[in-house]
Amino acid sequence: MSTQKDIKISVKNLDFFYGKDQALFNISIDFVANNVTALIGPSGCGKSTLLRTLNRMNDIIPGTRVKGDVIFDNENIYGPKIDVVKLRRRIGMVFQRPNPFPKTIFNDVAYGLKINGMKNRTEIRDRVEHSLKSAAVWDEVQTRLNQSALGLSGGQQQRVCIARALAIEPEIILMDEPASALDPIATQKIEELIVELKQKYTIIIVTHNMQQAARVSDTTAFFYIGKLIETGQTDIMFTRPKLKQTEDYITGRFG
Amino acid sequence: MSQIKQQDKWLNRNRIEYLIQGLFFLLSLVSITIVALVFMFLFKEGVPIFRIVSVREFLFGKLWYPTYTPADYGIWPMIAGSVVVTAMASLMAVPIGLLSAIYVSEIAAHRIKEFIKPVIELLASIPSVVMGFFGMVVVAPFLQNTFNIPTGLNVFNASLMLAFMAIPTISSISEDALAAVPRSLREASYALGANRWETISRVVVPAGLSGISTAIILGMSRAIGETMVVLMVAGGAAAVPESIFDSARPLPASIAAEMAEAPYQSNHYHALFATGIVLLIITFGFNLLADYLSNKYKMTEN
Repeated sequence: MSTQKDIKISVKNLDFFYGKDQALFNISIDFVANNVTALIGPSGCGKSTLLRTLNRMNDIIPGTRVKGDVIFDNENIYGPKIDVVKLRRRIGMVFQRPNPFPKTIFNDVAYGLKINGMKNRTEIRDRVEHSLKSAAVWDEVQTRLNQSALGLSGGQQQRVCIARALAIEPEIILMDEPASALDPIATQKIEELIVELKQKYTIIIVTHNMQQAARVSDTTAFFYIGKLIETGQTDIMFTRPKLKQTEDYITGRFG
Repeated sequence: MSQIKQQDKWLNRNRIEYLIQGLFFLLSLVSITIVALVFMFLFKEGVPIFRIVSVREFLFGKLWYPTYTPADYGIWPMIAGSVVVTAMASLMAVPIGLLSAIYVSEIAAHRIKEFIKPVIELLASIPSVVMGFFGMVVVAPFLQNTFNIPTGLNVFNASLMLAFMAIPTISSISEDALAAVPRSLREASYALGANRWETISRVVVPAGLSGISTAIILGMSRAIGETMVVLMVAGGAAAVPESIFDSARPLPASIAAEMAEAPYQSNHYHALFATGIVLLIITFGFNLLADYLSNKYKMTEN
């Protein structure tokens, strides 16, 4: 691309295997800082797998294997010197379904802070409040911080989960279909939030929803059976994609 | 014509449906009936003793001399024996059972898990009489020689054997509870930069708490109801134990040991049935508690 933009994290010639099955083929893609990048493609195309290679979440699945590099801060995150725990503190993640812990809302959001060694109570309280505000859910939960998040609606739960990810102040936030389990109104709130959050964070989002990708993202990458087919600026991808395959998928002719 | 036939067929199928439903209902009634019958029988045979002694005297009386004249029917020593033996067994079985469940569910590699899990469950399949033998022939002499005590058949020995019997219950039910914790919670924890220990201790175990408490309670109720082991290795003294090396006679042992020699419909006979009522109430209480706990922390599906 001609514009000078900071590359936040960069994938180079990445292959990924679940056991003997190869799920990703020679993927190379750069993610621009303070941008929202949408990963789209039909089910099983590897977009979630790619997302999960970025914070090494696939490590916890037995039998997976990675070839190639993911460069973050001039270092390959699959290099021998990388501390996965530290990496994940810098690259947060929001999951497909809201997954609040069986804890109070306050302790849920404070969890990441506590395991990262924050002890000062006022500091923790401030950070929890700030995170819940950033996730646009503070007004709805401020009176019930000592109750379980399981009593909230799905959309509220998901925003608490986003607050939890924000609390440890990551640089990148990975979102794996964060609104797919939510109703349209809750989805809209999440989308507004995503647009707001990119001021401070680099966001990479997997979505099945074409309109969502069009609404929230700056860059879109289209995947098909483990390969990156096309990537580019979202408005161009949605109006004048270079490849017929991309156009067919975006316009709903397959997938 | 064919329409009518079809309708007939449909009616027929409906009838079979009802029939099957009814059959299953009857089958489920069988167990309910049995429970009710056992309760009724137990109360019918046990309650008459309370014409001779008050409930208070019976429960808290320290003397058990059912064959003397005048006889004493106090089962406090047996209650104390049961409580002490069960508490000590739990003290040993809970940490071991829980930690092995955590190991099997969260830490062990697949192949090790495939080996350890069946072995723990094998422990449950050892008949209690064999466990009792082991206690009598191996553990008792060992205790006697090591600690230089008059008998190895005592509270400690019984607790140890009961712990062995409770461990598989606690371990396998806890392990199920941990395995049922959704992977999404573990992932959420790892994604926040938690390591494995933090994830286990702060997310997985709290999430599995209801199942774990159920496991512990069921393990304890197994220990308190177990008869053969305590009959064989607890020593049988109908006195409140004062040390872990004293002999004791837990409730089930008392019933099993004396029932054969108690004349039918005698006071002794009624007193033993009343002991059975007490035991039943205790185990029933444990089961209610387990049920309550498993509902209390029930998590919504994620």
